[in-house]
Amino acid sequence: MVTSVTSLGRNGLYDWLIQRVSAVIIGVYLIGMLGYLITAGDLDYGTWKALMSCVAMQIANTLLVLSVAAHTWIGLWGVTTDYLTGLTFGKAATGVRLVAQMVIALLLVIYVLWGLVMIWGGA
Amino acid sequence: MKVSIYRYNPETDREPSMKEYEVDTQGKDLMVLDILALVKEQDQSLAYRRSCREGVCGSDGMNMNGKNGLACITPLSQVAPGVLEGKKPLILRPLPGLPVIRDLVVDMGMFYNQYEKVQPYLQNNTPAPAIERLQTPEDRAKLDGLYECILCACCSTSCPSFWWNPDKFLGPAALLQSYRFLADSRDEATEERLSRLDDPFSLFRCHGIMNCVSVCPKGLNPTRAIGHIRSMLLERGI
Repeated sequence: MVTSVTSLGRNGLYDWLIQRVSAVIIGVYLIGMLGYLITAGDLDYGTWKALMSCVAMQIANTLLVLSVAAHTWIGLWGVTTDYLTGLTFGKAATGVRLVAQMVIALLLVIYVLWGLVMIWGGA
Repeated sequence: MKVSIYRYNPETDREPSMKEYEVDTQGKDLMVLDILALVKEQDQSLAYRRSCREGVCGSDGMNMNGKNGLACITPLSQVAPGVLEGKKPLILRPLPGLPVIRDLVVDMGMFYNQYEKVQPYLQNNTPAPAIERLQTPEDRAKLDGLYECILCACCSTSCPSFWWNPDKFLGPAALLQSYRFLADSRDEATEERLSRLDDPFSLFRCHGIMNCVSVCPKGLNPTRAIGHIRSMLLERGI
């Protein structure tokens, strides 16, 4: 049993499940959006803004942003714990991994906040 | 034919090197272990493990032209196209990811540590019946494809997740054995076994790339066993 404090769910099953559920959400969103873009014909600013302003789309966009953030964190957490280890960095590995994970986490928090402002800010 | 073998003696060599040998197979489709015996006649200093020479003991797991397998049951024609005909050299390296003791002999300590962690023995606190604990033929059939593992380490040492975290990720061989006891109707420690696998590393480092399945000399499927354990964890966890 390995206890890991920096994984998302701090539990293998939850991380695994969150990664799959988020992948389904991202996949459904992308296919839906692609379908819309193909069938919508000529898009102008007004139509696009109306689409993005309806509550259903705002919820879908929020789910997308959160899913991308969760999916990215679990995936990159796996990458950092695979490659930034004692095998590659020796004694410095813990420091390198901590810095890398904190940078990734910070970028994802900024991405989520910025995304939420864009979705719900009404600009 | 040309044979290129990984050589390393930590007492005399600063770093490992590949050494070339010329072996006369007389056109026969010999097993790789036979080739090693012919090389050993030329060079007594070559070290490798072998015992049963028929794919039962699992001693001579090694990397042959990039793919892990047992030297004793791998004929030259199956190593890679062109090796038997002498168009390509036979390239032998130790199992990847484990510390090399000498030449093709690796230290299996990390592999056995992970095997030990899954407690590969029947746990049952119910007083044993007079003769034996019986299973239905159906329950016994669940162990097929699990109990045959010979612990040669070909699978775990072909798994990148095991290469990067050999101390945390149990590896396909240990997980196959873990499921062998989870699937056993006579075992009573299912809950304890599952609770030890529920962290991000022990089992969930498996990304299902199935290297283990493609190299297993016994034709077993650790990826499927890992999938079964994951389903058990899912049923227990949600």
